[in-house]
Amino acid sequence: MALCVRALLGSAAARSLASPGRSLLPLRGRTLTLPGLRCASTVQQRVELKRRKALEGGGEKRTEAQHARGKLTARERVALLLDPDSFTELDMFVEHRCSDFGMEADHNKYPGDSVVTGHGRINGRLVYVFSQDFTVFGGSLSGAHAQKICKIMDQAMTVGAPVIGLNDSGGARIQEGVESLAGYADIFLDTSYLFITGPDVVKSVTNEDVTQEELGGAKTHTSVSGVAHRAFENDIDALLSLRDFFNFLPLSNKDPPPVTECHDPSDRLVPGLDTLVPFETTKAYDMLDIIVDERDFFEIMPNYAKNIVVGFARMNGRTVGIVGNQPKVASGCLDINSSVKGARFVRFCDAFNIPIITFVDVPGFLPGTAQEYGGIIRHGAKLLYAFAEATVPKITIITRKAYGGAYDVMSSKHLRGDVNYAWPTAEVAVMGAKGAVQIIFRGKENQAEAEAEYVEKFANPFPAAVRGFVDDIIQPSTTRLRICRDLDVLASKKQTNPWKKHANIPL
Amino acid sequence: MLSVHASLRPRCYIISCHSQYSTVYDPHEKTFDKILIANRGEIACRVIKTCKKMGIKTVAVHSDVDSSAVHVKMADEAFCVGPAPTSKSYLNMDTIMEAIRQTGAQAVHPGYGFLSENKEFARRLAADGVSFIGPDTHAIQAMGDKIESKLIAKAAKVNTIPGFDGVVKVRVALLLHLSESLGSARGCTSDLLTVCESCSSEAADKSRTYILYYNCVCVFIQVLADKHGNALWLNERECSIQRRNQKVVEEAPSTFLDPVTRRAMGEQAVSLAKAVKYSSAGTVEFLVDSKKNFYFLEMNTRLQVEHPITECITGLDLVQQMIRVAKGYKLQHKQEDIPINGWAIESRVYAEDPYKSFGLPSIGRLSQYEEPLNLPGVRVDSGIQEGSDISIYYDPMISKLVTYGSTRAEALKKMEDALDNYVIRGVTHNIPLLREIIVHPRFISGDISTNFLPEVYPEGFKGHPLAAGEQRELLAAAAALHVAAQLRSQRFLGQQRVSSVPQERRNWELCVELDKGVHMLGGIKLNLNTGLSLCCKTQNLLLLSKLAASLNKLMPEKIPEDTSSILRSPMPGTVVAVSVKPGDTVAEGQEICVIEAMKMQNSMTAAKTAKVKSVHCTAGETVGEGDLLVELE
Repeated sequence: MALCVRALLGSAAARSLASPGRSLLPLRGRTLTLPGLRCASTVQQRVELKRRKALEGGGEKRTEAQHARGKLTARERVALLLDPDSFTELDMFVEHRCSDFGMEADHNKYPGDSVVTGHGRINGRLVYVFSQDFTVFGGSLSGAHAQKICKIMDQAMTVGAPVIGLNDSGGARIQEGVESLAGYADIFLDTSYLFITGPDVVKSVTNEDVTQEELGGAKTHTSVSGVAHRAFENDIDALLSLRDFFNFLPLSNKDPPPVTECHDPSDRLVPGLDTLVPFETTKAYDMLDIIVDERDFFEIMPNYAKNIVVGFARMNGRTVGIVGNQPKVASGCLDINSSVKGARFVRFCDAFNIPIITFVDVPGFLPGTAQEYGGIIRHGAKLLYAFAEATVPKITIITRKAYGGAYDVMSSKHLRGDVNYAWPTAEVAVMGAKGAVQIIFRGKENQAEAEAEYVEKFANPFPAAVRGFVDDIIQPSTTRLRICRDLDVLASKKQTNPWKKHANIPL
Repeated sequence: MLSVHASLRPRCYIISCHSQYSTVYDPHEKTFDKILIANRGEIACRVIKTCKKMGIKTVAVHSDVDSSAVHVKMADEAFCVGPAPTSKSYLNMDTIMEAIRQTGAQAVHPGYGFLSENKEFARRLAADGVSFIGPDTHAIQAMGDKIESKLIAKAAKVNTIPGFDGVVKVRVALLLHLSESLGSARGCTSDLLTVCESCSSEAADKSRTYILYYNCVCVFIQVLADKHGNALWLNERECSIQRRNQKVVEEAPSTFLDPVTRRAMGEQAVSLAKAVKYSSAGTVEFLVDSKKNFYFLEMNTRLQVEHPITECITGLDLVQQMIRVAKGYKLQHKQEDIPINGWAIESRVYAEDPYKSFGLPSIGRLSQYEEPLNLPGVRVDSGIQEGSDISIYYDPMISKLVTYGSTRAEALKKMEDALDNYVIRGVTHNIPLLREIIVHPRFISGDISTNFLPEVYPEGFKGHPLAAGEQRELLAAAAALHVAAQLRSQRFLGQQRVSSVPQERRNWELCVELDKGVHMLGGIKLNLNTGLSLCCKTQNLLLLSKLAASLNKLMPEKIPEDTSSILRSPMPGTVVAVSVKPGDTVAEGQEICVIEAMKMQNSMTAAKTAKVKSVHCTAGETVGEGDLLVELE
């Protein structure tokens, strides 16, 4: 019986969404007498009335206001996110229990309160979802609201399914209270703001003048603070992208990551890679030119700490996490922000059984007081720790520079890298030839000669290959083939870390 | 050593298996052991291919940025002749002479451009006893001088422009031809007066040659001559479709010539070649007016870019003939042996944006590159491959796409297919324009002139307008792709936990947004990120489900940047001059700065009258496409 009700609700929701703003059609062919229903006595009629009210959210006026802001309603968002007709709503009858300030009045009660919760499917895979309804009390967090969210979270936990949260709430601290999809928050560009205290409070406390957009807009959080991982054009772009993103992830940390059909041959050679690394060692190139299946790469935090690139891709249909230094930005050096960004991503992959492929072209850690005072040692250690701790398959390709401590950090053999390759352009050394010679031959005259000697000795992949720090020196065009083959081999990799209550990453 | 071995081998000829032409390569006809190719890109590759067939070893020269270029990989040896700028590498005679000495090359093929018509280079080679695969210095000198060449032509009874007497003349509405120096064609507007002005002012200080073709047909006669006084004409090439006085589409033969005119032009070309004791391959350029009067314009003493179309219709390998002639062999063919077999069309595929002045240069990395060589009757001469960089240092030509058929219509059809099947990603290219030219009724009818592009597209090239049928085709294809992608994204291999109820969707309601029009396709709005390409025009499509489409209307529209107060670089290049500083007041249309890219200067003007707020570029600086140059208030 219960199942039947849910199915009914799901389709009703979908239908109401197909024609937003219009009054609801009667459910399943049953005729309703509209205004008189308030005093309707049968349970069935009361159920239907409440349901109708829940579907209307804050009412037509507030829905229009939401649309005027360029935002969709909670239910419209759910409908776009999930497969058609797959949403099963829970707690539609929950109402807030506040009795102060006239809130107990009937017209201040909304069935379902200010959040829509339930479960559905994305491309057939189960997901729990909550979507805050800004049209009801500005989406603010009441006890009932929180309870609804906690309920689906608990359920999701027991069945091992992810939760996606669509946040749209004026509630001051709601964002801290909930976790969105496995920790990845999505912000909608231009229409969204996120802050602990709003501009007015900021002004009164610190006397700073700041706009909402500057303080907590999408641009701030995706490029400056790193709070949000991606910004999108609008709600629709965000939700459809979220569906694509979801397809990369396993349902839980106990599930293997999904494998999709791959129409891109795993043994395809990529001749373009042979000429990717420029002739001049100081010249930049775009690490995003690395080739993955059908060029499908979902980048995480594309606008934050751009000197490191992280994101999800597929190799032969398998989800992989890609970490790469970006020579195009700040020479691809590691600094505080890029270390933290990389570390977070590596840990995410490790937590969800996603193999990590690392492309290394790093001249070192960024020197300077700003970095040292900011604690680059502590933050750089996070990336080192994350790679060392990860037990998922780890494949590393050194494309060019791998200097000093930064070489060690970037998933080197010494951090239990499973397969480490070098391209012929690779240079594994303590530092660049010029710097090294200046130190070794300080004050001596024949520096140019010494530099040439250093280049001859160290600016190539042989010293590392001789010592077994790289497993092979490979032609760049064969990289894809080799990675696909290694992933097959490493699919059964089993490695456990020594027991501890929890790992103690340097926070 | 080599010749001894060759004579021991059974006598065999290599017959080129090229689909367009077959030529006999006789390994016993000893030419050179090793040739250095003083060029880069497609022409270097082209020469190396023939050398390989002739059993000749090759040496490539290259600048440092070209060290992994295709021509370097193809050659037996490679020699770096300097840094990226051409003046320091491909034009650097000292290092090229050094390369010749070190590699022991016996001859040099100069290709086209660079040192191909440089008499000093030819002289230095002669001094070192190295053969120059081209005409001798005398011919280069005589034909390189615009006035002397015409006097020689006149003496050889070649039609020259009426009234020509060694003094610069302007022949209104036919041509404007200023004197002195090398043959780089420049200037570029159909407005004669403007060009007259710019030519006369620039000619004074730069002493260059300016040629303006105004509504006439350019016909090039290919000649081939040996050192024994024999010369042949190998029919004509029609090269009237040009933008900025650079050729884009060429064909052989010309629709414009009848056999009598062709013969007359050919014979005059040969008599000119004989008059200057020409040897090697060369081209005599004529202007032909609507009454089929033709006038000698100039002679190019090199292998021309568009030589493949002549090879297609005559079956000769011109590079092979040049090498033979340089070695001193007599021509193998007689005039009556030279056929016109079928029809050949060449499209020059450039890395440039055809929507801006019919082609502003673009640069970038060829992230994906596939030539349509799987099609019959297609020849592609290129010197790049997937992953190659198109840089600001060199010519932005990607390839020469040649199609060949027994008739013009067949060659054109093949060209259409070849352009449709050509995959180039990573740089903006001119294939959309090329395809529009070859399917244009005026081009098909043969009504071609140098003014074709501005006349056919007076408002500039806007891309292929979709016909109703094509639009339906596009929408159907987009919908099919979307549905396929959607269905595929629901299939997981080895996943236990997908819905037990299979989601069989039989009814897709799609909505496609194309060119701001929304088209319902039975019912989903698809989101194709890359866009679809039909008739070589990439269409940006937004495909959404019916639901998403209805909600999409609620999304706020992006407010486009006010471009009138912001000046951005339309292409990558170098800032040559900045004529304003912050605080200046500029009038609408006033020049703000000049950007030079690939030998072309572009004057950037103010879109409105305003005060200059800030200047973000300095002269000499390199800028990328879209870089902010100047802000107005």
